[in-house]
Amino acid sequence: MAQHKINYLQEGGLPVALTTVDKLVQWGRSNSLWPLTYGLACCAIEMMATGASRYDFDRFGTIFRASPRQADVLIIAGTLTKKHSPFMRRLYDQMPEPKWVISMGSCANTGGMFNTYATVQGADRIIPVDIYLPGCAPRPETLQYALMLLQKKIRTESASKKLKPKRLV
Amino acid sequence: MMRAYQDKNNVQKKPYYTDRFWVAPQIPKDDVESDEVFASDVKALKENFEIGEAYIQRGQLVVYINAKNNVKVLKFVKEKLQYNILSEHSAIDWLAKRGEFEIFYQLLSTCKKKRMRIKCFIKEKETLKSVTSIYKSADWAEREMYDMFGVIISGHHYMKRLLMPDDWFDYPLRKTYPLQGDEAAQWYEIDKIFGKEYRDVIGPEQRDSARIDPSDTHNFAHIKHEVPFGAKPSDKEVFTDYQEEGGVTIIRKLKKEDAKILKGRP
Repeated sequence: MAQHKINYLQEGGLPVALTTVDKLVQWGRSNSLWPLTYGLACCAIEMMATGASRYDFDRFGTIFRASPRQADVLIIAGTLTKKHSPFMRRLYDQMPEPKWVISMGSCANTGGMFNTYATVQGADRIIPVDIYLPGCAPRPETLQYALMLLQKKIRTESASKKLKPKRLV
Repeated sequence: MMRAYQDKNNVQKKPYYTDRFWVAPQIPKDDVESDEVFASDVKALKENFEIGEAYIQRGQLVVYINAKNNVKVLKFVKEKLQYNILSEHSAIDWLAKRGEFEIFYQLLSTCKKKRMRIKCFIKEKETLKSVTSIYKSADWAEREMYDMFGVIISGHHYMKRLLMPDDWFDYPLRKTYPLQGDEAAQWYEIDKIFGKEYRDVIGPEQRDSARIDPSDTHNFAHIKHEVPFGAKPSDKEVFTDYQEEGGVTIIRKLKKEDAKILKGRP
């Protein structure tokens, strides 16, 4: 037998691994999450640090995209003001399904310390959020952990069904 | 805990100093004659215009003028008295106390190394003439003043709100404006994105950021008791880990025993 050929007898009979389509698709999706390059306030600095070489988001297959058409994760990084909220919603609507949202930091979660007339009191008032990430601002490790939780959530989802209302943590 | 809510609608009608906060003593006023440069400035102004009170505070000249002459006075001050920079320009809300806005122009003369503040009063609905033809920096200052106080400026080339959205109701820096916004402000994003009929679906703003409701499974999950969106809350304690027990294809799960922890920096 030529060396480059697979020894079927040795490899347990067949050169295949059995899995379900769901698992395969979601495995692919969860390891190529492309977030939108979109920062609102100081959390965006931490988000940039997470994407840069020291913390290195790329090893999760997470590459920031500059267009909502190419992105499937929206990281709400910072204070969402009422003036800006229609634009945020428009960006979310422009993203193709399936899409997920991480609300990063206290301001995006609840309005945080900006208990005023000009701040949206929680980004989930206008956009459904998957993961609420506490902190002011959350450290890059926290954002990475949130992304790993999101990956785990995606792995448990069904690939083909229409997405249900969602939430985690 | 948050401070108990108190209705602040008529806060201006109450006596102004209720000892809620420490009231700073007034900064002492010096006579204009104590400074040569300011004395000659005030003299020149008095010869040409109708001038109100004038004094020196913390080494800066304060002059009250008639609001109708503001353009003429500032032109004179810039061209003849050499105050070439308008560093600050805004309004103070005295509507409750005296029914007026106090407008101030903070000026700097780089050749004299002196600062002067020109002040005037206007009524709520009165218009103020724009000084953008004299000082370029008044452009955004006047727009912000219109945005925040509703002071109407005439002769400005682009009178539009500066900070708030164009369809914003009311003027946020007036003392009667509630800090957490009036009704239009509180529903602004809902009304604009979804429409007014959506108010019932989303509900009012939750202003207590420390509130945790374990039985509410539509917002935050109760930590360690996470359940899917809208499901029944559970008492069972779960630890939300970042990965399934067996690991995932390609990615290995980190076990705590395998982690190498350094005692100090190498």
